[in-house]
Amino acid sequence: MKDSAINKEGLSRIDGRLKVTGAARYSAEYTPAGMVYGVLVGSTITKGSIRSIDTKAAEKAPGVLAVISHFNCPKIPGYQIASTEAGKPEPKGTYKLFYNNKILFNGQPIAVVVADTFERALFAATLVKAQYTSQAYQTSLKNNTASAFAAGENGESKRGTVAAWKTAPVKLEQEYVIPSEVHNPMELHSIIAHWDAEDKLTVWDKTQGVKDTQDGIANIFKIPKENIQVNSKFVGGAFGSALQVWPHEVAAIIAARVVKRPVKLMLGRADMFTSVGYRPHTWQKIGIGATEDGKLVGISHEAIGQTSTYEDFNEEPVSVSRSTYACPNVNTNYKLTALDIGSPTWMRGPGEATGAFALESALDELSYALNIDPIELRLKNYAETDPESGKPFSSKYLNEAYKMGADHIGWTDRSPKPASVTKDGWLIGYGMGGGMFGAYRDQATCRAVMIADGTLLLQTAVSDIGPGTGTAMVSIAAEIMDIPAGKIRFEMGDSSLPYAPSQGGSSITATVGSAVNDACKELKEKFSQLAGNTETPDYTKILKDHNLSKLEVTTASKGGDNMNKYAMYSWSVHFVKVCVHPTTGVVKVDKVVCVADSGHIVSPKTARSQIVGGAIGGIGMALMEEVIIDHRYGKLVNNNFADYHIPVNADIPQIEALFINKPDPYINPMGAKGMGEIALIGMAGAVANAVYNATGKRIRQLPITPDKLIGINQSAMVNGS
Amino acid sequence: MKQFQYTRPSTQQMALDAISKPGAKIIAGGTNLVDLMKRGVTAPDKLVDINHLPLKNITPTHTGLHIGSLALNSVVSENELVLQKFPLLSMALKAGASPQLRNMATVGGNMMQRTRCTYFYDTTMPCNKREPGTGCGAMEGFNRMHAIFGTSNQCIAVNPSDMCVGLAALDAVVIIAGRKGERRIPFTEFHRLPEDHPEIDNHLAKDELIIGVEIPDNNFAKNSYYLKVRDRQSYAFALVSVAAALDIDNGVIKKARLAMGGVAHKPWRLFDAEKWLIGKPISEENFKQAAQMAMAGAKGYEYNSFKLNLAPATINEALKHAAGLV
Repeated sequence: MKDSAINKEGLSRIDGRLKVTGAARYSAEYTPAGMVYGVLVGSTITKGSIRSIDTKAAEKAPGVLAVISHFNCPKIPGYQIASTEAGKPEPKGTYKLFYNNKILFNGQPIAVVVADTFERALFAATLVKAQYTSQAYQTSLKNNTASAFAAGENGESKRGTVAAWKTAPVKLEQEYVIPSEVHNPMELHSIIAHWDAEDKLTVWDKTQGVKDTQDGIANIFKIPKENIQVNSKFVGGAFGSALQVWPHEVAAIIAARVVKRPVKLMLGRADMFTSVGYRPHTWQKIGIGATEDGKLVGISHEAIGQTSTYEDFNEEPVSVSRSTYACPNVNTNYKLTALDIGSPTWMRGPGEATGAFALESALDELSYALNIDPIELRLKNYAETDPESGKPFSSKYLNEAYKMGADHIGWTDRSPKPASVTKDGWLIGYGMGGGMFGAYRDQATCRAVMIADGTLLLQTAVSDIGPGTGTAMVSIAAEIMDIPAGKIRFEMGDSSLPYAPSQGGSSITATVGSAVNDACKELKEKFSQLAGNTETPDYTKILKDHNLSKLEVTTASKGGDNMNKYAMYSWSVHFVKVCVHPTTGVVKVDKVVCVADSGHIVSPKTARSQIVGGAIGGIGMALMEEVIIDHRYGKLVNNNFADYHIPVNADIPQIEALFINKPDPYINPMGAKGMGEIALIGMAGAVANAVYNATGKRIRQLPITPDKLIGINQSAMVNGS
Repeated sequence: MKQFQYTRPSTQQMALDAISKPGAKIIAGGTNLVDLMKRGVTAPDKLVDINHLPLKNITPTHTGLHIGSLALNSVVSENELVLQKFPLLSMALKAGASPQLRNMATVGGNMMQRTRCTYFYDTTMPCNKREPGTGCGAMEGFNRMHAIFGTSNQCIAVNPSDMCVGLAALDAVVIIAGRKGERRIPFTEFHRLPEDHPEIDNHLAKDELIIGVEIPDNNFAKNSYYLKVRDRQSYAFALVSVAAALDIDNGVIKKARLAMGGVAHKPWRLFDAEKWLIGKPISEENFKQAAQMAMAGAKGYEYNSFKLNLAPATINEALKHAAGLV
């Protein structure tokens, strides 16, 4: 019996009701007995050292239980081990909280104040006064590109002849810049830490992976990971910001140890800009050349990205130029510049989103130089096999996606001549841009339990940061077990459950979905054997007949040899129609069509939602998002939602999300590939290309704000001047 | 947050007594004050909550419309008399903040809101407005949102209000109560320029209370427009905004009112341009000329000089809309 809810449109979000009624409990919404509150104190200088910290006033403030800094912090065993090799410089890595007196960035936590209420802790934190010795600092990427160094072993690559693009009959070279962008999920990062015993810890934590958080904490505190219970039942967005154990998490765990009570620590919105990473500010230069009829001759792609002084964050934005289009000669060069700012981290479409803005803009510029339609240009250079490895693709229907998207946006209405179409006093333009991201399948384990009342319980330690993982998993199980979705309970976000990787890299549906698939098939087979080869087993009857209260399997699942034989990618193409006001420079996105080629769509409704969310993120990247630093102080000046703009409803038109929906024969049993990253990758380029088509103005430095379109090109401070 | 007292006087007289005490501050909608308190920009000893005083009325007078200072921004923007007589005010209000904020914010509170200059809000930065004598962080800092008119060497902050731009254009009068009685001042003279005292935003004395604004009847209803240029379509402060109101007879301008937001420490009336437009036929050419005239004395800084182009473009567009040319 099929569930009527699983029709062509797919299952509605299984936790939708819990979320909209407020019944879903996020990590900050637990209250273990005796819980108290921690608030961090941030450094007010950008670089130097702490001479002293006056905590007297804070300690005397009402309700304060402790003020912890590097002066009185209990030794953190994981930190000590990493730095005991005498004589050698401290190895680079994640920033160590309360480790010494060094200040490495503005806002760096220098103390945590613990009090019996949040308000008292917050107030007492304002009373902590530090004395510093300041040093000169560098926070401008533009002013420090000379000190850039090769980003890891893959910093430089070449295929064919270096700089071959210069020999092409039609060529161009341009620079493209993106500012830093901050994840800013709706839910603030938060942790509640509770030591159940001397070496036993429970945390309720916002994380994209309970198992990785368990490992991370075990490494820092050197306790057995089995002794650490990580709970993260609901996550209100993360986009990459919750893929590692951050200093605020360490602070709460230490504080809980010191005060011997559970401690809750939730970051404020301003802290979200400095404490949990961001997409790095990156300068790029692309040289691209083609034959007169549009065959690519060569691409050169350079990038310099920002990192911190203590960690080399490497996201390879240049890789897109090696694998997106068939091009015989490609050379790339990627460098990092260490600045006195906290480390960047993975953010939706890491590397590719940055690189694709440059590459898709450059392709668009080339299309005008060649006078060839941008889609036609991409089709002329369509990669039938992976240009980088030479391997066949496991599946690729991007050419169909181009056609589908073009039809739906009304591409034939696009004028190839920029700034030539107006309607009601607004300039009209169309643009497109594509994205690609590796399709991964990791390993995962799922326990499937059929209970006597006919309920199927699925358990695996995955987190759902919002894409609707539970809904997708239930859809897969309902299909295989042939039972209503309402009979399936999916349990996750708990480190005591069977292994699943962190939710990142668009890999969870492919990975955990496979485990759910395999577990369900194995369980079904077990029933069939018990009953003697029934095609659709009557689970409750079989359990009853055999006097069983339940039947369960625990199944590990991972990809096979096909992972090596084939190049596996998901692709997207975004089409955008914009209206630009010719004199005020206001850009309104009028229509968006996104097409994803990501294999079989397991959960159509949540897949649509994921594409829409990614497209909105891309519109924000194109038109609004920008971290602004006043380099005189080395400090962010727009660390709030009034000054750091992300799109609001009024900025977003109807977004059409379309799917090729053809299964990939090799990646996993469902034929499903990831979609989270490709929803955003390429979108900013599509918007910029549409703005060019509308206005004839090519904006190569995001975001495209009105000031950049009205003549005087004002670069924001972060981009230096 | 510093501990503070909270009081709810039951009459206007008691409210006036309460606010005259040192360290006392009025709270109405609290949409700006609470943020300022959270950020440590202001730390009152006593909050005087005036929300229940009978100052919410929107009532016609012999010569115009009286709007009580506690009338909510959302209520004013939807009020039938406002929509009928002064649609410009409704448009300006709806261009401001977000629906949630407009549901809390009052007319008086809107007039009293402080600048959104980032250096004013960050207590680790210099700011003459927050802490006189510490310098201006914006002058040589990130000043994309800042003023191009009427700045001083002390401060280049802007008044962030949209409503005030509309009221300035509409010749509104502010009615102020003090312990010695009421006084009335033109809206355009309520806010002040920074000069040597950027810490003072307006001419309201500490022991005074705004009880309402009055808008005189006019013939602008048919031809008025509020155009706000901003970085996103809602919940963003103006890069530049323009309130334009025209009284047109047979294609010729009899009267004009123009005010700009996002360009000065106060709503910026364009008196010269208004005067010049009188007797001129409505045309883009004339509007452009008026817009150029309005730019006299404008001065750009490192990141906001785009406003020197954007402001006249916005004036022209707003006038075109008001005149029905768009």
